[in-house]
Amino acid sequence: MQRIGVFVCWCGSNIAGTVDVKAVAEALKSEPGVVFSTDYQYMCSQAGQDMIKEAVREHSLTGIVVCSCSPRMHEATFRKTAQAAGLNPYMVEIANIREQCSWVHKEMPIGTRKAIILGRAAVAKVNLNAPLTPGQSPVTKRALVIGGGIAGIQTALDIADAGFEVDIVEKKPTIGGKMAQLDKTFPTLDCAACILTPKMVDVAQHEKIRIFSYSEVTDVKGFVGNFNVTIKKNARFVKEDICTGCGACVEKCPQKKVPNEFNLGMDNRHAIYIPFAQAVPKVATIDPNACTMMKTGKCGLCARVCTAGAIDYTQKDEYIEEKYGAIVVATGFNPINLDKFDEFAYNQSKDVITSLEFERLTNAAGPTAGKLLRPSDGRHPHKIVFVQCVGSRCSACAEKGKEYCSKICCMYTAKHAMLVRDKYPDTEVYVFYIDVRTPGKSFDEFYRRAVEEYGVKYIKGMVGKVTPEGDVLKVQASDLIANKQINIDADLVVLAAAIEPDKSARGLATMLTASMDTNDFFTEAHPKLRPVESPTAGVFLSGACQGPKDIPETVSQAGAAASKVIGLLAKDKLLGNPCVAKSNELLCNGCSSCERVCPYGAITYADKEFRMPDRTLRIRRVAQVNPAVCQGCGACTVTCPSGAMDLNGFTNGQIMAEVDAICK
Amino acid sequence: MNKEHLIEEMLRRSGANPKKCIKCGKCSGACPSYSEMEYHPHQFASMFVNGDVEPLLASDAVFKCMSCMACVERCPKGVAPGKLVEAIRLEIIRKQGQNHLKADHVPCMLDEDMPQQAIVSAFRKYSK
Repeated sequence: MQRIGVFVCWCGSNIAGTVDVKAVAEALKSEPGVVFSTDYQYMCSQAGQDMIKEAVREHSLTGIVVCSCSPRMHEATFRKTAQAAGLNPYMVEIANIREQCSWVHKEMPIGTRKAIILGRAAVAKVNLNAPLTPGQSPVTKRALVIGGGIAGIQTALDIADAGFEVDIVEKKPTIGGKMAQLDKTFPTLDCAACILTPKMVDVAQHEKIRIFSYSEVTDVKGFVGNFNVTIKKNARFVKEDICTGCGACVEKCPQKKVPNEFNLGMDNRHAIYIPFAQAVPKVATIDPNACTMMKTGKCGLCARVCTAGAIDYTQKDEYIEEKYGAIVVATGFNPINLDKFDEFAYNQSKDVITSLEFERLTNAAGPTAGKLLRPSDGRHPHKIVFVQCVGSRCSACAEKGKEYCSKICCMYTAKHAMLVRDKYPDTEVYVFYIDVRTPGKSFDEFYRRAVEEYGVKYIKGMVGKVTPEGDVLKVQASDLIANKQINIDADLVVLAAAIEPDKSARGLATMLTASMDTNDFFTEAHPKLRPVESPTAGVFLSGACQGPKDIPETVSQAGAAASKVIGLLAKDKLLGNPCVAKSNELLCNGCSSCERVCPYGAITYADKEFRMPDRTLRIRRVAQVNPAVCQGCGACTVTCPSGAMDLNGFTNGQIMAEVDAICK
Repeated sequence: MNKEHLIEEMLRRSGANPKKCIKCGKCSGACPSYSEMEYHPHQFASMFVNGDVEPLLASDAVFKCMSCMACVERCPKGVAPGKLVEAIRLEIIRKQGQNHLKADHVPCMLDEDMPQQAIVSAFRKYSK
C-alpha cells in the first residue's frame, strides 16, 4: 500500500479564485492510500517545495499528488523535488486543476467538485505507480547536416568549431544553395557571393567537416545518439580527389546546349560542367543525359584534355554507411511552379520572369553578365512591373498556390525595384502589392527608401491579367487607393513567386520519422520554446525547411540548431525517457500491428524460444521495443489486440483506475 | 425584411464568404466591365461585411457585370465577388410586385426557336 501525500496549490487566485482549495485538500484526505493532505499558495515556490520534502520525511510518503497547473508546466519541478526528498521521481502525479478546471469554470461549487474528482483520479493512479529508471545509451560524436545551403553551411561550421566532426550531404554538385544564386542581399545590399563564398571555403578547409556533394541520404536507422545513415554518392564520372577544377574539360566539351540549372535555364552549359566559378568542391561533373560519350561512346575529348586523368566514364554510384549522434535537416526551399497561373502569362512570354530569375539577370556572373536585358530580345526594359504575392496567401487555389505568406518577397521586391532604379534611372518601376510586410531590423526603412529616394511606384492593388501583345506586355491591374483600373504597357514583368519546401523533404521526413505540417514544412517540437528541434529526438531543423525565412533569420536558426547539437554531442551518455512501451512477450501473438502503427520505428520482431506448459520448447515471434527510440506515444498499446503492449507510467491498469475514480 | 436578415439571405443565396477578403484587388484588376461600374468588384465584399448594401441595391453597377466570373476565378481567397453580384441581382429582380416579366408580354416575345423551358425559367427568375 502506498503512503500518499496530496498537495493542493492555490496558484495565487488562479486556482483559489474558482476552486475551494481547502475543501479539495479535505476531501482527498479520505481517499485510499492518502496519509497527508494540505494546501499552499504557491506549491512551486521554494517554500512550497520544502513543504513537500518535509512531508515526505515526516509521513514517510511513497507517492505524491500535486493538484496544480498542467504537468507541462511543473511536472519536472515536482519530480526534482521528490528526487531531492529521496523518492523516485516517477512516483509524482499532477492533477491539472488550473488549465483544465479553474480556468474553464466560473462557479466555485462546480470548480471545486471537478478539482476533487481530478485529484481522486491522480491518487488512484499513484496507488499503482511503480518506480521507473531511465535507461542510458552512448552518443556517437559526429553530426550529419542534410543540405548545403547557407543554413547547412552555418550549422556545420558552428558544430565543427566546437570540435565535433560534421558531414554535409548536398544533392547538387556544389554547396551554396539558393544564396549562391542571389545578387545582392537586403537590407544592407552586400553582394551575396562576397559574404557566402568565404564561408564555403571555410567549410571546404575545415578539418572537422567532410562534404558529400552530388549525394543524397537514402536510409536512416537508429535513434538519438546512434543513427545509422546510408549516403548515396551519385556517380559524377570525375574522380573527385584527383580533379583540380582547372576547367580545361569544360572548355573543350563539344556539347554546349544543355540548359544551365544554375541560371535557371536562361543560358546553356556544357555536358561536363562546374556550376559556378566559386563552386565547392571545385570539381567537374558529367551530365550523363547530355554527354555524347556516355550516350554513344564516341567523343572522350574531356578525358584526353584532362592532364590529371580525373575523368572516369565507368564510375558507379557509391553507397556509404556512417554513424551519427545528431542529424540536422537543412533542405531549404524552392519557388513554386507558376505554370497554373495563366493570368500572368508566365508560360506565354519569356519576358515574364520570377524573382529568382531576375536575381540571375542582374548578377554579374549571370547569363547577361549583370546587364538587365529582356530575355526575349536582349533589349533594355524601360517599364518594369513587379507583382507580389504570386501564389502566396492563396487559400482558394490549393492546387496551384500556398495559403501562407512567403515572408521574403516584400523585401526582395523592394531590393530589386531599388537596384533597377539605381542602375537604370530611366526605367519606370511599378510594384503591385496587397500589403507591404517589413517586420525586421532596418526593413521598413529599406522599403521606404525604395519609395522616397528611388521613386519606385508602389500601387496598392493586384494585377488581374498580363497579355503579351507584340513586344509589350499589357498589364491590367487595380489601384485600390485611386479606386480605378489601370493599364500599363510593360517591357518586363517580375513575379514574386511563393516559396515551398524542397521536394526531397517529404521522403526525408519519412526516413527520419520527423513530423511535417500540411505544407511539408518540418514541424518544430514547440513553436516558441523549442523552435529548432524536431519532435523526434536527435533531429534538428535549420533554415527554410521549417518555414519561410530570410538569410539573417536562417543564420540565427542555424546557430541555434548547432548549439542544440553541440549540447547533445557533448554528453557521453543519454538518459532516456522511462515512460516507454514494453511488450509482454508471453501475451504477444506476433501480429505486427504495433510495428505498423509505431511512428518512430521503435518496434521490431524477434524469434524467441519459450518453454511451453508441457515442457517442450517453442519458437515464437514476439514484439520488442527499443526504449531509446520509443517516444511513449502509446499508439501500440491501443492497437495491440492481445493487450501485450503496455506503457510504463501510463499502464492500462493505471488509466482504468483513473477512469474508475472519475466515474465513482 | 430587416437589413441583417437581408444580407444574411443574400450571402446564403450566393454561397460566398466576403469575410475571407484580404483586400488585394485582384478581382478589380481582372474585371472587364470595371470602367462601366459605379461600384467595383473589390468594394462588394467590404460593403457586405460592413452592412452597407443599400447603395449596391440602388446602383446599376450590378447590371453592368457580365457574369464572366473572372473575379471568382482569380480571387486567391475564394471570396467570389461575382456570386455576390448575382445574389444582389436576384434580390432586386425577385422583389414582389416588381415583376419584370408579365404573362401578357409573353405571346409577343415568343419565337419558334425558343424552348418552352426558357419561358418557364424566365418566369422563375424574373417573377415571384
